[in-house]
Amino acid sequence: MSMTKAIPKQGKPPTEESGTIILTRDLQRQYQLGSETVRALRGVDLEVRRNEYLAIMGPSGSGKSTLMNLIGCLDTPSSGEYWLNGQLVSGMSEDALARVRNREIGFVFQTFNLLPRSSAVENVELPLVYAGVPRGERRERAMNALESVELANRMGHRPNELSGGQRQRVAIARALVTHPSILLADEPTGNLDSKTSEDIMVLFHRLHESGQTIIMVTHEHDIAQHAERLVTLRDGRIAADVRHSQNHASPGATAES
Amino acid sequence: MHPFEAVRTALEMIWAHKLRSFFTILGTVVGVTFLIAVITLIEGMNNYVEGELAGMVVGMNSVVVRRTPSMQVNPSRETRRLWQSRPRFTFDDAEWLSERLETPGEISFSSSSQGRVDGPNSKTIDGVMITAANAAYFNARDMKISQGRAFQSQEDARGLPVVVIGADVAKTFFDNTSPLGKTIRIRGFPYQVIGVMEPQGSLFGFSLDNLVIAPARSRLNGVINTRNTIDQISFKVADPRQLITAVAELEGWMRVRRQLAPTEATNFEVETSEAALSFWTRISTILLLALPGLVGISLVVGAVVIMNIMLVSVSDRTREIGLRKSLGARRRDIMSQFMIESGTLSGFGGLVGIGLGLGLAALVSMVSPMPAVVAPWSIVLGLGLGVGVGVAAGAYPAWRASRLDPIEALRKD
Repeated sequence: MSMTKAIPKQGKPPTEESGTIILTRDLQRQYQLGSETVRALRGVDLEVRRNEYLAIMGPSGSGKSTLMNLIGCLDTPSSGEYWLNGQLVSGMSEDALARVRNREIGFVFQTFNLLPRSSAVENVELPLVYAGVPRGERRERAMNALESVELANRMGHRPNELSGGQRQRVAIARALVTHPSILLADEPTGNLDSKTSEDIMVLFHRLHESGQTIIMVTHEHDIAQHAERLVTLRDGRIAADVRHSQNHASPGATAES
Repeated sequence: MHPFEAVRTALEMIWAHKLRSFFTILGTVVGVTFLIAVITLIEGMNNYVEGELAGMVVGMNSVVVRRTPSMQVNPSRETRRLWQSRPRFTFDDAEWLSERLETPGEISFSSSSQGRVDGPNSKTIDGVMITAANAAYFNARDMKISQGRAFQSQEDARGLPVVVIGADVAKTFFDNTSPLGKTIRIRGFPYQVIGVMEPQGSLFGFSLDNLVIAPARSRLNGVINTRNTIDQISFKVADPRQLITAVAELEGWMRVRRQLAPTEATNFEVETSEAALSFWTRISTILLLALPGLVGISLVVGAVVIMNIMLVSVSDRTREIGLRKSLGARRRDIMSQFMIESGTLSGFGGLVGIGLGLGLAALVSMVSPMPAVVAPWSIVLGLGLGVGVGVAAGAYPAWRASRLDPIEALRKD
């Protein structure tokens, strides 16, 4: 067990060769709630390297949602720096952030967030629409992504015609279709039964094996155990940062639905 | 996001919420329906009045002199007495004028009255418009002959009993057989049919084909008018740009002919087709000025409804907006999505309105004598207004949507 890595407060931005995909320096985020200032993050220094599989845990109010929103470029820090894939993201304009979200981040949500009136393949295509990918290529890439989550035969189905696990896999295909730097999953198994959760973890494990960087926010310990690194937040700071590759539970050959 | 995608999304939304969409676009539908129906009917009247009615009364590009005005609106007793005291125009007047007019053109003259015409097999038509004219009359009124021919100036000069009949008269008397060479009786006098006019349809329920035209110097001379006099002398200019010159010249020569001193009032009427049109122009102007107000009210109501429905839609789809933002949609993507959606919705209403408007105009022209002609610009205007109202009404909701915080939006149930 090693404590938080000390990261120099000054220095050059991380480069491609260093293998660093995420680097934050003294990341802080405050909210104004009426007259009260809530300090959700009180200085987080975090480095994530390419192809890491990271879980972020912490009790509610620890700041893990805030950190996830910052990492996902949905929010900007009150102070501190955030480098994502060699770009200084903190302080970017809203449109620039939208672009970064589109290219660098693949979101997976607890509630799947699929468009109910669109088919599976149309849902997967959505990020490519905003990336300006032409129609034909879009369909092809979406099909490939659906294939990689073993749902190619469900491409024409609407979300309400799919099971919970299938919906989440469509959402994962949507997250992967842009080949993002990081897959950012917020409680990805929160709405799934334990059997289906296990299937999703198998899928994450496989994606990780194939080189995908994954950051997963969860409050479930057994789910967090699947990651090879566990960051625990408490009171807006990193309380623990543990690598346990020896423990890295490789979910066995459980049958997939 | 590509506009086409947004239009498709909008059409899907319309389809998914049929009833809500119907009420949303009702204002646009009503406004555009009204717009198209009224414009189509006005255009129909315009076409008719300009193309045919005016031409029928006066003749296009023509200046006419008459004893009394061709269109009279409640003249007072004194005015009527004044008109009655005026001298009549004569064959000689027409002759005299044609020798002196310098503007290139052609003199025609005519007298008309309604009367009885008898056909073969004891068939009779009452109230036929009987016109006695010179040969130039056909050309001056752009009258088309469908069978046979018009009479020539020699036939008029010799007063031969030949006649050109209207399509209704031909149908009533001769049905499907050829009327050419047959004899009919006009006011009791036998005339030989030498030509049939092309059908002209009807106006305000009156047939325009219930007429006969015979030479002015034939037996009808003195029957439908005082002998050797005529209702009107018409001068059709060769070049329409010289109409104003012709008006002045004709009036001038006629005053000389009647030896009027410069201080004396003109004792005849000078008319052009433009003057005949002015009455209708006034009515259609009033209609066209009132129209934007009426259409505007419907569209404003429509816009308010659309704006509210779009606000509801934005609120309903907050999560979707948050999701789209998280997937990389920029503010302008969200903004244009909702504006295109609202524009498509309302544009769809415009299309429905165009269809209903044309249908309404067709219905009106079917059950009433009002003619209807589709003005292409009104279709463009209807569709443009439909889309425009939607885009304008959707702007504020779209702006609201584009400003949503993705975190808040994703959190909403």
